[in-house]
Amino acid sequence: MKFTLPWLKEHLETDASAAHIALTLTSLGLEVEAVHDRTSELSGFSVAFVREAVQHPNADRLRLCTVETKHGVMQVVCGAPNARAGLHGIFAPEGSVIPATGKVLGRSAIRGIESHGMLCSARELGIGDDHDGIIDLDGAPAVGTPASEALGIEGPVFEVSLTPDRADCFGINGIARELAAAGLGQLRRRDFTPVPGQGRGPAIRLDFSAADAHACPLFIGRLIRGVRNGPSPAWMQRRLQAIGLRPISALVDITNYVMFDLNRPLHVFDAARLEGDVTVRFARAGETLLALDGREYALDDGMTVIADEAGPQGLGGVMGGEVSGVTGATTDVLLEVALFDPIRTALTGRKLDLVSDARTRFERGLDPEMAVAGMEHATRLILELCGGEAAEPVIAGAVPPGPAAIAFPVRELARLGGIQLERGEIEGHLRVLGFGLDGGPELYTVQPPSWRHDVTSSACIVEELCRLHGYDKIPPVPVTRNEAVSAGVLTPEQRRRGHLRRTVAVLGYTEAVTWSFTGENEARPFLEGEPVRLANPISSELSVMRPSLLPNLLLAAARNQDRKREDGALFELGARFTGGQPGEQVTALVGLRWGATGPRDWTGTRRPVDLFDAKADALAALAAAGVKTEALQVTAGGPAWYHPGRSGTLGLGPNRLATFGELHPRVLEAFDLDGRAVAFELDLDALPRVRARPGRTRPPLEAWPYPPVDRDFAFLVDDGVSADQLLRAVRQADKKLIREVSLFDVYAGKGMPEGKKSLAVAVRLQSPDKTLTEADIEPVARKIVAAAEKQLGAELRG
Amino acid sequence: MLATIDRVEGEMMAEIGSTPDLARLDELRVALLGKKGRVTDLVKGVSSLPPAERPAAGQAFNELKRSLEAALLERRTALAEAALEARLLAERIDVTLPARPRDGGRIHPVSQVTDELTAIFADMGFMVAEGPDIENDFHNFTALNFPPSHPAREMHDTFFLEARQDGEPLLLRTHTSTIQVRHMMANKPPYRIIAPGRTYRCDSDATHTPMFHQVEGLVIDRRTHMGHLKGCLIDFVRAYFERDDITARFRPSFFPFTEPSAEMDIGCRRTKEEIVVGEGTDWLEILGCGMVHPNVLRAVGLDPAEWQGFAFGMGIDRIAMLKYGMPDLRPFFDADLAWLHHYGFVPLDLPTTFSGLSR
Repeated sequence: MKFTLPWLKEHLETDASAAHIALTLTSLGLEVEAVHDRTSELSGFSVAFVREAVQHPNADRLRLCTVETKHGVMQVVCGAPNARAGLHGIFAPEGSVIPATGKVLGRSAIRGIESHGMLCSARELGIGDDHDGIIDLDGAPAVGTPASEALGIEGPVFEVSLTPDRADCFGINGIARELAAAGLGQLRRRDFTPVPGQGRGPAIRLDFSAADAHACPLFIGRLIRGVRNGPSPAWMQRRLQAIGLRPISALVDITNYVMFDLNRPLHVFDAARLEGDVTVRFARAGETLLALDGREYALDDGMTVIADEAGPQGLGGVMGGEVSGVTGATTDVLLEVALFDPIRTALTGRKLDLVSDARTRFERGLDPEMAVAGMEHATRLILELCGGEAAEPVIAGAVPPGPAAIAFPVRELARLGGIQLERGEIEGHLRVLGFGLDGGPELYTVQPPSWRHDVTSSACIVEELCRLHGYDKIPPVPVTRNEAVSAGVLTPEQRRRGHLRRTVAVLGYTEAVTWSFTGENEARPFLEGEPVRLANPISSELSVMRPSLLPNLLLAAARNQDRKREDGALFELGARFTGGQPGEQVTALVGLRWGATGPRDWTGTRRPVDLFDAKADALAALAAAGVKTEALQVTAGGPAWYHPGRSGTLGLGPNRLATFGELHPRVLEAFDLDGRAVAFELDLDALPRVRARPGRTRPPLEAWPYPPVDRDFAFLVDDGVSADQLLRAVRQADKKLIREVSLFDVYAGKGMPEGKKSLAVAVRLQSPDKTLTEADIEPVARKIVAAAEKQLGAELRG
Repeated sequence: MLATIDRVEGEMMAEIGSTPDLARLDELRVALLGKKGRVTDLVKGVSSLPPAERPAAGQAFNELKRSLEAALLERRTALAEAALEARLLAERIDVTLPARPRDGGRIHPVSQVTDELTAIFADMGFMVAEGPDIENDFHNFTALNFPPSHPAREMHDTFFLEARQDGEPLLLRTHTSTIQVRHMMANKPPYRIIAPGRTYRCDSDATHTPMFHQVEGLVIDRRTHMGHLKGCLIDFVRAYFERDDITARFRPSFFPFTEPSAEMDIGCRRTKEEIVVGEGTDWLEILGCGMVHPNVLRAVGLDPAEWQGFAFGMGIDRIAMLKYGMPDLRPFFDADLAWLHHYGFVPLDLPTTFSGLSR
């Protein structure tokens, strides 16, 4: 919403400065986004008189002007074709900032002759498109008259961002009302006395069933005959231009002017182009309307139209039709002032993708009481500016009732607003805003004014009182907790998630936050069924909910490789979507490493990442999540997006807790990733729940005083035997003395029989009650060899 | 005999002094003092001396042995020292060679700032609530007092899913206010929660991304009013920006789910390049808030005459940008390692109110 200060002053008697007005509006909840003051931009510019204009001696197209200015007589070189002796123009002295370019005007010599200042064109001053010549003022304004005065530039233009509830402030009268309530001036009352009419215009019928009567509760048509529809007067054009509207013709400009002036949208039909009577009804299937914006709209039976016998001539509350619109030839005009259902207006506009100033106002709701007043005011303006003779208004329907009265217990102000006001303040604030009051001082019946249908409850009254009192005057009160010492606020799962995030970052992964959506092609390899599609995606790359965090991480890795980050590690902790219903999402943690373990490096530790990196990370993450990793089972193989021979799954009993592995070459290719990439994935929701423990004590440390003994065993086994099988066999060979078993060497190839490999394990033996001797160790060693042989066909190497 | 001892002592000392290395020194020790050593040989001659000379000779031998041993030890120490010196010299490495690469990961600013918020609000007794990203119309709009077809719904640029629930299209939550609805429906009052999470609006340009992060706050009890709202949020911004001189202003505003509603601005200084919070005379909008609307309380089954309180919502990404100076929003979601390393946080920098939120 835009308005100018002089326009505001038509409604409000005030001496307040633009800055004071802006600050007040913002503190009232009408946020002023900007104040543009053209008059201050033009403050250095003033009227000048060209006393003499002669040919420039060195240039055909330039003239040498002797100019009377308020700074004295100046010599100005001017290239405008209309520069002539006797012209009154606008002079810019040296040092002025030219509004259109923002450049400072310096002293210059043009073709060898000095020019002191400049005579300006309308475009240079930013007040029009005319650049064919310099401004040629009508009449003979005195030299030195400020440019904004001579040009009739409107004062400061305010741009207010209105919240959807403040429909009433889409009119300058509403803004004035707020300022008056805040004590910035006195409202000027408008004269809305009826304009007498002669005869009647066309009949008007509201063709709705009782159930749909609210589609258009009121429609006033008023015929005005014998008008001349020329350009509107300069003052009106200036105001409309100042708020960004293009002047069109007097009749159209009047409707726009009244719409902004009184928040009362109007329409004018060329009465000669209407056939027969006017009916307001729902559109019929198949009907179309060529609207004033030049577009043809297909209508449906949910849309309200103003129709004549030929068909729809306007879309109620949204836009008029081109065919019945007024032109320069219009002599008889039918003025429409109506009320349309806000919701239906909004739906119509949305469906047709049609935005207009009228729709903006109708869909937020208008002041029903302003319909008749607005009609009289518009009639008066038309008669004044276009001449003609008005008929009696034809009124169909009735003014609907205004907002309902509200019971307001005064204690609500302290209860919700945290302030207490005197009776006089309460009544004063509400009355000045137009509210009616009954009862008091503890319980009032408050009648909101007809333009405040946003005020529906006692909480709304609290807001009105708080904002007039000033939000800044509400004393702040700290919010404190009940206990002196906090017991911690996170749930065990939230705490675990935070711990996991930081653990994985410590492992060398950098946290990414990627979109919750991805492309359907990117999602495909990670989907079992159909993707969860968006109905209105912003692009095909962001069209489905991600079934896994991997696709976006793989895309990110590829982008990083494009930026010469050949190696890297990223992780994300967030939702992946298993279905399209609320709650069909799982919190996942995914880590992705690509390229090598580190940068190229003289120590030679760099190597390509492999699945054992991912496995170690998966184990570390599970450990951080509180899973006892010794109890985990590893099985070969994982989801289809991994290399089938280089992926694994970590589980506890029947529960799959994590997968890891090298990404499938086809996936790498699809995501344009060079080199190798490995990943691990955890679904946090599948992890064993964190159990609340009653105490925090730990079991005593098992520190045995007797020294451990280490023995190494190398076994020859079939290729198919897994390390895990051998380790388990060895571990279980003697539960009493075997403390630790680890695998320290794998060898296959040269020197090994075909289809065999060597696995070497280190076994640490220890007894809780004695120092082990050869005699103790020997039987255990035999058991180990026997178990490996019996269970796995392993053969002890010599 | 004594003269002989004197002579050999001189010779032997000279030999010890000129032994070039530890191995030779060991050999010399054996050659001198070993069982078949030269000193041992000489000692054997003592028995052939007249008895009267023997004590003196024996004593002289003992002294010889002692001084030889002392000399051997001294030489050994000197040689060992020299050997170590030589080894160290030989082991010299170019220490300007780069260290082994060791680079930890970083925590994303969104996670870090969420932890900062959590720490601050936990100090004021807030718990952390969560909710689903996919929502229905009820939780996102209806329960929050958005009338059907109200223009405020259009301001939200909602993403809809093809999936439906009871015939109604499902959507991606446009704000985290959905979580306050779910939390109130699932739990008994009083409530004091924050609810951080991802939010979605189909809007994409230089300053908007289709996904962003919000944190919702909700306090409902029997006494909380606008004064508490102001106190809580002023305390929050001062704690979050780690400056106790931050100025704040509250302006009336509109949200369907609060009444009275407000927007909070904080004082700042704007230049072309940056916004400095806590200085200057400009104002910067930072969050929306208000007293929870009676219709919202009714929608979740609470009596608005008994229960009351405030709610607020703010953009996590935005306050991260304000505090840490990221100029653009889009890189937050680009996963560029260079950006993440520059603006990210080392994992052990866990924000707490006892150690300070940030370094």
